[in-house]
Amino acid sequence: MADIILNKIYVKVWRQNSPKAKGRFETYQVENVSQDTSFLEMIDILNDKLIREGKDPIAFDHDCREGICGMCSMYVNGHAHGPDTEVTTCQLHMRKFREGQTIVVEPWRAAAFPVIKDVMVDRTAFEKIQQAGGYVSVNTGGIPDGNVILIGQDDAEEAMDAAACIGCGACVATCKNSSAMLFVAAKVSQLAKLPQGKVEAKKRAKAMVAKMDELGFGSCTNTGGCELACPKSISIAHIARLNREYLCAKLSD
Amino acid sequence: MSKLNSKIPAGSIAEKWTNHKAKIKVVSPANKRKLDVIVVGTGLAGASAAASLAELGYNVTAFCYQDSPRRAHSIAAQGGINAAKNYQNDNDSVYRLFYDTIKGGDYRAREANVHRLAEVSPNIIDQCVAQGVPFAREYGGTLSNRSFGGVLVSRTFYARGQTGQQLLLGAYSALNRQISEGNVKMHTRHEMLELVVVEGKARGIIARDMVTGEVKRFGAHAVVLATGGYGNVFFLSTNAMGCNASASWVAYKKGAFFANPCYVQIHPTCIPVHGSQQSKLTLMSESLRNDGRVWVPRKLEDAEKLRKGQIKPNDIKDEDRDFYLERRYPSYGNLVPRDVASRAAKERCDAGFGVNKEGMAVFLDFKYAIQRLGQDTIAKRYGNLFQMYEKITDVDPYKEPMQIYPAIHYAMGGTWVDYNLMTTIPGLYSLGEANFSDHGANRLGASALMQGLADGYFVLPYTIGDYLGNEIMVPKINTKLPEFEEAEKAVIAKLALLFNIKGKTPADDFHKRLGAILWDNVGMSRNEAGLKRAIEEIRKLRKEFYSDLLVPGELMNVNPELEKAGRIADFLEMGELLARDALNRNESCGGHFREESATEDGEAKRDDENFAYVAAWEYKGVDDEPELHKEDLVFETIQLTQRSYK
Repeated sequence: MADIILNKIYVKVWRQNSPKAKGRFETYQVENVSQDTSFLEMIDILNDKLIREGKDPIAFDHDCREGICGMCSMYVNGHAHGPDTEVTTCQLHMRKFREGQTIVVEPWRAAAFPVIKDVMVDRTAFEKIQQAGGYVSVNTGGIPDGNVILIGQDDAEEAMDAAACIGCGACVATCKNSSAMLFVAAKVSQLAKLPQGKVEAKKRAKAMVAKMDELGFGSCTNTGGCELACPKSISIAHIARLNREYLCAKLSD
Repeated sequence: MSKLNSKIPAGSIAEKWTNHKAKIKVVSPANKRKLDVIVVGTGLAGASAAASLAELGYNVTAFCYQDSPRRAHSIAAQGGINAAKNYQNDNDSVYRLFYDTIKGGDYRAREANVHRLAEVSPNIIDQCVAQGVPFAREYGGTLSNRSFGGVLVSRTFYARGQTGQQLLLGAYSALNRQISEGNVKMHTRHEMLELVVVEGKARGIIARDMVTGEVKRFGAHAVVLATGGYGNVFFLSTNAMGCNASASWVAYKKGAFFANPCYVQIHPTCIPVHGSQQSKLTLMSESLRNDGRVWVPRKLEDAEKLRKGQIKPNDIKDEDRDFYLERRYPSYGNLVPRDVASRAAKERCDAGFGVNKEGMAVFLDFKYAIQRLGQDTIAKRYGNLFQMYEKITDVDPYKEPMQIYPAIHYAMGGTWVDYNLMTTIPGLYSLGEANFSDHGANRLGASALMQGLADGYFVLPYTIGDYLGNEIMVPKINTKLPEFEEAEKAVIAKLALLFNIKGKTPADDFHKRLGAILWDNVGMSRNEAGLKRAIEEIRKLRKEFYSDLLVPGELMNVNPELEKAGRIADFLEMGELLARDALNRNESCGGHFREESATEDGEAKRDDENFAYVAAWEYKGVDDEPELHKEDLVFETIQLTQRSYK
């Protein structure tokens, strides 16, 4: 690890005190940032400075800081999770930035994700979509042995590819229509690939798509930006499977 | 007479759980509908408990501080989940899992609880499969297994390096189904700040809405804490930034005894600390030790050249590498338990063989596994971990060995619970990492997921009936009772106190200093003088905190600094208890290593004659010494021996 220090960078960040308040950009100078620090650690340094100056620090969502909880959600220099591939904002490192650079930080922008404060947004809509059908209806207990259901390795792997979704919302933030198709597809596709999920597959596809539409997410026009922005590289092939599942479900109505 | 009644059932170890279930009360479906249960935390233990209780018919209200239950830190568990399925035909059994867990915990766990855990473990796998958890499979379609530290069989089920994520999403999906059916009322972005006790029974909580700042009252017939561990007391740990001990701590201050706080797991394979701006440490799964070999240079001069960047790790020939785990522990090799591996790494680094600039790292090398199995196989097994490592360090672990060092990872200690998982406050339960019960002084890899789900799916749904069976005549809890009003007032006063100090120093500053005190004195190696010093220093820091803390922003708005300040205020008290417990336990066991109690070759030396007990602490006041209660550990089935992995 080369220990290179960025002497001075500028962070131009969205400030908005509450959901209904008017937002604006503010630019702050940050000094002495090691390139080995993560992007959120750089924000920590900035916030420490703001607090000591008696200013309000930037509110942002974050938790695990290892790319799996899906909490962090910054739009950095025009990219969801910033200018690196297959990372969340917390995994983005300052070695992707250069001396003197101005870094623009925005919240996820989508009608279905209203801003709570600064770059923190409300993703309750994702919860509602999952609650509409993102499960297999089994109660605890009375379950046959795990090896009774044989699942081919390829099917299990493909289900796992889809199940890797962390629910961060980068797909929605990136999509020009703010579509949640990749998010919905990840769950529908995971369960459609597994025998356990087949029983309710039709009901699930219809319910989750209906809920997505109801909550103000846009339509999918197959531009594929979501796949590129996805920190887990979830393929839009899953959207194709969702379309197939949905169509079959509708046809059998 | 001890105040602690562990309620361990009579009978032989294999019959205890069955006998107990036959005897405890069951609540009828008609009465379940009238009973309210609060579940705080939505990780594996909380989400599985909330979903299972709701399926049974109880009215559940659940809370998490994140914006979604799916983000609880169980999500970050990588390697796997143990279960005594014996699918590999390698002579695994409930008894063997039980035995391994007791031994791995260095004979400081309760036999009856651990046996129950092993008994229900196979059901967990079945449950998760039914939910659609995409476990790894063999070509024939059966479930696949791998090995973890401290055991000689393959009993770990996994979903790539994201097992915790997949299990949590399974529990989350079950929870979502109950939310959609109206059986669970979910409150996200809410933080529990006080427990409400009415006439000696847990009857509700006070929580702060982290969006509006509003402080709210919630009542129930029973309260379940599934709020995780206290590893973040050390500031730098593998825990998520928000993980905290406040729920358990307010319960402690209301009368729930806190057990074995000095048992903290230091995980051997984390990415080493760099610089001073780091906010957290990242774990590299223990599963990597299946195929990676741990080493440092054999020669001090090589280590020095590595530190100065004059040579690369691959410049060091095989014969000049010291595979110290294989050398010291030939039968378990790289798969010794975590506490043993961590201390061995520290020993080598303290002796001057550390390999990074700070001299605080050892190598975990995949060269040999890649030669043996090919890069594709290794990529399939650990691809996401390798990617994560490269993103953080900018080093490609396929080409160069990983650098690793131990870091705080998991809390074995926690709220004291009886066999029913009930704390010393009637009606208050503690599950998963938040309680103390199953891992003794050291947890084996892949056992945290097992315990969280065992507690939530298969233990609490049975044992809570034994308490709620007596509550069926109690009407809905009235949150206008004076106890609620007082608790709410106390919370508002505490928030105002922190907010109004208006000093000069941000909360994180205190947290970092507390972490440094603990890591230096109550970390991998502890002694009497250091522990006493830690207690003094923590008390001093606590005073400073209340005179110089600076909380910006507004009380009634999103305010992460206010949240942090509250958690750190509790950590500043909890850290002292940790040191006090470590001071009291003048023996070495599992993750707790007292320099005064070591064998000649530097291994931990237990003292069964004086310390074969659970240390449960009773709160007596912030600046007063807590009272120690001892629960003697009785080993009816397993004979106590000095642990050896040689």
